[in-house]
Order: sequence, then structure tokens, then C-alpha cells
Amino acid sequence: MDLIRMSNVKKTYKTGVTAIYDLNLSIEKGDFVFIIGSTGCGKSTLIKMLYREEKPNSGKIIIGGMNVAKLRNRKVYKLRRKIGVVFQDFKLLNRATVYENVAFALEIFGTPKSEIHAKVIKVLDLVGLKGKIKNYPNQLSGGEQQRVAIARAIVNGPKLLICDEPTGNLDEKTSMEIMEVLEAINRMGTTIIMVTHDRKIVELMQKRVILLDAGRVLKDYAKGTYKNATN
Amino acid sequence: MRLIRIITRSIRDSFRSVFRNFSLSLASISCITITLIVVAISIVLSYNVDNFSRNVEKDVTIVAFLDVDITSERIKQIEDEIYTIDYVETIEFKDKMDIAKDMMSSSDVYKNIMQNWTREDSPLQDTYQVKVSDINYIGKVAKEIESIENVGVVKYGEGMVEQLASIFKIIRNVCIGAVGALIVVTAFLISNTIKITIFSRKREIEIMRLVGASNMNIKIPFMFEGLILGIIGAILPVLTTTYGYVTLYQHFNGQLFSPFIRLIKPEPFIYWTSFILIVLGMIVGMIGSYRAVRKYLKI
Ligand SMILES: Nc1ncnc2c1ncn2[C@@H]1O[C@H](COP(=O)(O)OP(=O)(O)OP(=O)(O)O)[C@@H](O)[C@H]1O
Ligand SMILES: [Mg+2]
Repeated sequence: MDLIRMSNVKKTYKTGVTAIYDLNLSIEKGDFVFIIGSTGCGKSTLIKMLYREEKPNSGKIIIGGMNVAKLRNRKVYKLRRKIGVVFQDFKLLNRATVYENVAFALEIFGTPKSEIHAKVIKVLDLVGLKGKIKNYPNQLSGGEQQRVAIARAIVNGPKLLICDEPTGNLDEKTSMEIMEVLEAINRMGTTIIMVTHDRKIVELMQKRVILLDAGRVLKDYAKGTYKNATN
Repeated sequence: MRLIRIITRSIRDSFRSVFRNFSLSLASISCITITLIVVAISIVLSYNVDNFSRNVEKDVTIVAFLDVDITSERIKQIEDEIYTIDYVETIEFKDKMDIAKDMMSSSDVYKNIMQNWTREDSPLQDTYQVKVSDINYIGKVAKEIESIENVGVVKYGEGMVEQLASIFKIIRNVCIGAVGALIVVTAFLISNTIKITIFSRKREIEIMRLVGASNMNIKIPFMFEGLILGIIGAILPVLTTTYGYVTLYQHFNGQLFSPFIRLIKPEPFIYWTSFILIVLGMIVGMIGSYRAVRKYLKI
């Protein structure tokens, strides 16, 4: 079954730049999808429309039955509560501890304290940070900070996790550790869409790969075919 | 239940962020403090002027001197005639003997001269002392009394009284205007200060939105924060007015320069003023926060 279905999506920014031309794309529930392509080809724009940071000019974007393309600004939180988003620059609260950063995503809905505690500890354990719950972000390495961001993104148990170059600031070894965490999350049933520039990761992971070029899907490699295709 | 949890958490978070962003909070707090002190001074000033001018108005009297050879029936008639004039509030008859008595008790010189005067050989005149209900009409009332037959001279501190009344009116209006303008200025000042502090926390709002905070979820903690800043900002002004006014009152013995100008008693005046200051601080802090946070919400 499809979790995401985008049809005839077009996005032109106010500046007149068209970042996405007539895009059609379906992503299955439980899938792990890489989105690649050269700088400025529209990768970030595509996923921004998925978490409704940007609105398409035309077309439909259905995520789990919700038409995200039509979602009003004041209702965006309803979508955000069902998905997780991770960025290259982590976007953590610097004045809050690891625990508070993750708990924050639950407190907003008025989740009971005991429930928050159990959930936060569980995800921090999952990303391998249980020992550092009292640290502040500036007391962590880049890889650790990204783990906190991932923990925050999945603490609500979202069906979809969107990542925009999550390993962009990390070295190779740390990147691979992050990929292991994402892989583990995916295995538990969360659909993952990840934008990346890192060919090595894409080749190694052997997932579905969507290659964008100038706002259009140039190639859509099925699971396990990417390496072959580039050879 | 959920709502209560959201609100208690908002309060906790706002306290936290007041202290975590303390240097920025301090900017907002001092801004509120300074303006509330000015507001407090205006309140103390305008209420005292108001009170004082009311007292003066109460004391201003028209004195109508009656002819020396007037009959007692005619005196009665004049009283009735004065009563028919608009804005006359009270009339008191004071005959020449009473006036002589008053004068003698005020000075020994008068006493030596007047002590043997009888009603017949006294050169003084019987008078009616008239008080008006509205000081602005005192001149008109005086003129009408003067036109009554057998009424001689009428005195009421002409000119001076009217001038005083109009000066009080101006001071009062200026004070009220100043307080009003200050409240508006404070709201702007605070919303700008908080806007700067929130700008530095744009990221925080962005992250809140990212993890699924609704506009309400974002607004509530910021508004509580404004509320807290407002209350903290009101502490110093409240203490200054309370202790300042009590000290002032005691120092001057409740009067300024002369017994004529009486200050308002500190209690319950200072409680009211403090209450107004705190409420004003809260409102202004909340409005400031609300205006500032709105800018960064996508609505
Ligand atoms: N907010 C914006 N306003 C105007 N134009 C924008 C905006 N964001 C992106 N663009 C333009 O849209 C095009 C696609 O940008 P996008 O950020 O989606 O690229 P990208 O594939 O993510 O690139 P990169 O790999 O460098 O992150 C670019 O030409 C960019 O200049
Ligand atoms: Mg990008």
C-alpha cells in the first residue's frame, strides 16, 4: 500500500524559480527511499512539500490519506505530529538537555509525565544515547547530536521519517553509525525518505533510489538495483 | 486533563526560559520597570492633584455682605432668593457678632479693638456664606447674588479661584493623558523588546513547529513568559511607590507646604496603586509577548 502519493506536483517559488516540474511519485509503506541529484535539482523542495514547509502550486500530495497540498498553515501541526523530520544541522534546543530536547516533542501534546519518561528513555536507548541524557547539545559530538535529533523525530512513533542530508556534517564512520540507526528504525516499520549527496551510503544500503534532475525524476531505481545501474 | 498538563508545562517552561534567557529577560523587565515607575508617579501625582482640587472647591465660599440697616425679615427673604439661584449648594448666615468673634480669636490686636463692640455700634456687616456645587459657575452665582436688593458687596476671591480651577483641570488632564500615552508606549516598547528576544528564539519556535506544536502551543508559553516578565517588572515600582509614598506622607505630615494642600492617606491608596501597577505589568507583558510571537507564527 502507498503511504505517499504525489501526482502532477509543481512548485514555483515566489522568486520565479521552478524547483519541481510535474512530479509523480508513490512511496510504499515501510519503504526506505533515497533521493539524490545534483545541487539545486529540487531535493529539499520535494521533501519540504512532504512535511508541508512549502506548498505546491498545483498537484496533489496524499500522505496516509491526508491531502497535504491543501493543508492550511494553522493545521500543519496535525501533519507534523504524524511524521518525523531530521536535518543536516540537527536543529536542537541548545539550552535544553538531551532528555528535554526529546521530551519536548511529547510535552507539546500534554502527554503524562510517566509516559514521557518511558518513551524518551526507550528512544534514547534505541539511538544509543541512554548514558548522556543530562548532557547539553554542545557537550555532544556531531554524530551524537544527530542521534538526539533522530530520537526526537521518532519519539511519537511516526509512520514516516523524513531526513534532509542527515549525514551531511558527519564523517564516514559516524555517518555509517547513523545509517545503522535509521536502518533499525526502518526495520521496525517506519517509512524513511532520505535526501543525500553521499553515493557511498546509497550504494552500500541498496534501497530504492530516486534520481532527480532539474525538478524532474530522471531515474527511479528499484530496491537493490542502484549499484548495477551506475556501473 | 490534557489541557491542564499543557498549561502547567507552559508555566514551567516559561519560568525556565525567563531564567535561561536571563540577559534578554532583563531587558524586558527593566523596560517594564522604568515605565511602570513613571506610571506610578503619574498616578500618585494626578490622584493627589485631583483630591486637592476637590478639597479646594469644597472650601471656596462666596461671601455676600448685607446692608448695615437691613431688617431681620429682609434677611430671611434674601436667604430664599439666594436659594433659587442655580448651582447654590449651601447657605450659612453669619451675623456681624459672629464675624467679630472669629476675628478676635484670630488676633489680639482685633481683640483689643473689638471686645466692646455691640450689635448696634459695630461697623461690620451681616453676611451670607454661600457654597456652590460647581466651581466653574462661581462667578455667575456671585453676580446674581450681587443683584439682589440689600446685598452690598460680594466677594469670593475672584479670578484666583477660577484660575486655580482651570490649572487643576489642566494638570489633571495632562496626568491622565500622560498615563494613557505611557501605557501605549510601554506596550510598544515591550513588544519590541520581546520581539528582539523572540527573534533570538526564532529557532526555538521553528523547532516547536517542526515537532508538531500548534499556534496555541507556541503562544501560551510565550504569553506566560510575558506575564511573568510583567509581574517581575512590577516589583520594583510597587516597592518604590509603597515605601516612597508612605515616607513622603510621613515626612510632610500628610500635607504639602500648608494645611491647605492635604495628601491622600497612604492606605488604601498605595494598595490600589500597587494593584493597578501589577495588573498593568501583566497586561502589558502579555500583549507585548503576544504581538511579538504572532510575527513568527504562520497563520
Ligand atoms: N525559499 C526559496 N525561495 C526561492 N527559491 C528557492 C527557495 N528554496 C530553494 N529555491 C530554489 O529552488 C531550487 C531547488 O532548491 P532545493 O533547495 O530544493 O535544491 P536541493 O536539491 O535541495 O539542493 P542541495 O543539494 O544543494 O541541497 C534552487 O534553484 C533554489 O535556488
Ligand atoms: Mg537541499
